[in-house]
Amino acid sequence: MIRVMAVSKYFDEVPVLKGVTTSFEQGKTNLVIGQSGSGKTVLMKCLVGLMGCDKGSIYYDDLEFTSTDFAARQIIRQQIGMLFQGGALFDSLTVEENIIFPLDMFSNMVREEKRERANFCLKRVNLENTNHLFPSELSGGMKKRVAIARAIANSPKYLFCDEPNSGLDPRTAIIIDNLISEITQEFNITTIVNTHDMNSVMEIGDKVSFLYKGELWWEGTRKDILHTDNEELNRFVYATELMRILKKS
Amino acid sequence: MQFFFHTGRYLTLIALIFKKPERANIYRKQIIIEMDNLGVQSLGLVSIISIFMGAVLTLQTAFNTEHPLLPIYAVGAATRQAIILEFSPTIISLVLAGKLGSRIASEIGTMRITEQIDALEIMGVNAAGYLILPKVIASLFLNPILIIISMFLGIFGGWLAVVITNVLPLGHYVYGILFDFALFDVFYALIKTVVFAFIITTISGYYGFFTKGGALEVGQSSTKAVVMSSIFILLFNLLLTQLLLT
Repeated sequence: MIRVMAVSKYFDEVPVLKGVTTSFEQGKTNLVIGQSGSGKTVLMKCLVGLMGCDKGSIYYDDLEFTSTDFAARQIIRQQIGMLFQGGALFDSLTVEENIIFPLDMFSNMVREEKRERANFCLKRVNLENTNHLFPSELSGGMKKRVAIARAIANSPKYLFCDEPNSGLDPRTAIIIDNLISEITQEFNITTIVNTHDMNSVMEIGDKVSFLYKGELWWEGTRKDILHTDNEELNRFVYATELMRILKKS
Repeated sequence: MQFFFHTGRYLTLIALIFKKPERANIYRKQIIIEMDNLGVQSLGLVSIISIFMGAVLTLQTAFNTEHPLLPIYAVGAATRQAIILEFSPTIISLVLAGKLGSRIASEIGTMRITEQIDALEIMGVNAAGYLILPKVIASLFLNPILIIISMFLGIFGGWLAVVITNVLPLGHYVYGILFDFALFDVFYALIKTVVFAFIITTISGYYGFFTKGGALEVGQSSTKAVVMSSIFILLFNLLLTQLLLT
């Protein structure tokens, strides 16, 4: 479980996060939604320590993450898997080497075990026999799936996904969403997904947190979202013609 | 203020680079890769420049020192001293600052803007150490070798010029090359080379590592890396010359 306690972040004295307090539960797919510029990515970067918080604190289970030193932070990070918007695969390494990389760094597995683990992860994301391809040879959806495989290679306790289906067609986007949800339940991971895609929300959102202008505006389940009277959330949810038609029907 | 900001951030990065590696064998593998990327792949350029500059230095010295009071072999001695003391360690290091500096800054800068460095950090890897330390070690080992090769090829270039143009008798050139040779001059050149290798890799790594933005900024980082490395090479050349030769 991850707890966020009154986290604030400023860029040149302009507030980007304003006292956000929430929690993300284990074994659930926790979605953070909001318009572009609402502070989703900044919150995620604060959660993983790529940015420091100006106020507040973040707890990984009972460990206070925000004030830990470099060495302690590195230990927590070894339990984190992250899927970046662009995949962030290492260009100079093959698919298999990308997946084996965290194992090389932090596990005591022998070479054959690492290869087996890489094959297992690739099979889990339906990408068998791509071991020797380079990232430049993969499509956008394949890159995301390899990035998921790399994120789960070291059996993380926490999985962070920043806009996992941006730039993907709706069908591939749903495949990625379902994969994240299945992996979360299968390995009992605490998963946090940043998205502004309502399809993802309705497909996999066990818990949904809505950020508006850096504030936590609303929280609930994907079912609650359809019956809320929160004006800003409704404006966000029913921004597209398709969602408005669905609402009327 | 900018000066103090960059100095502080550079020193913090240096401290991170020299933190204990997570896995020594992974770093060893990276060092070998970087030795090829940064050292072996620079051999062609260093060789061509050294041969031609050695030849030109010999011809220039011969044409400008025609005087009855100056012995002919002085051409060889002057060429040797110019190559060993300044041309090979300093000018070749400036050339390497252009080649390696832009390569290092653009490689690391691209990794930064494509979130590959963030991915390393999230995994718990010391990204600064993993990306920059192997480059520093590879250059500290290979640049002195490149410079020694450059010295030999520079002198060989002069020999070729003498053979082809017959600007002075070959025997006098060879005698001049061997005349009053002091091994300390080579050590002095190698000390400078090691310092310059450290400057090139760490300054270029610094500009790459802190790149922000997109492709345009990667280009800017690359340019800044080359310019700043060159300025610091010239500055330390002056300081080391004063320290070691007085």
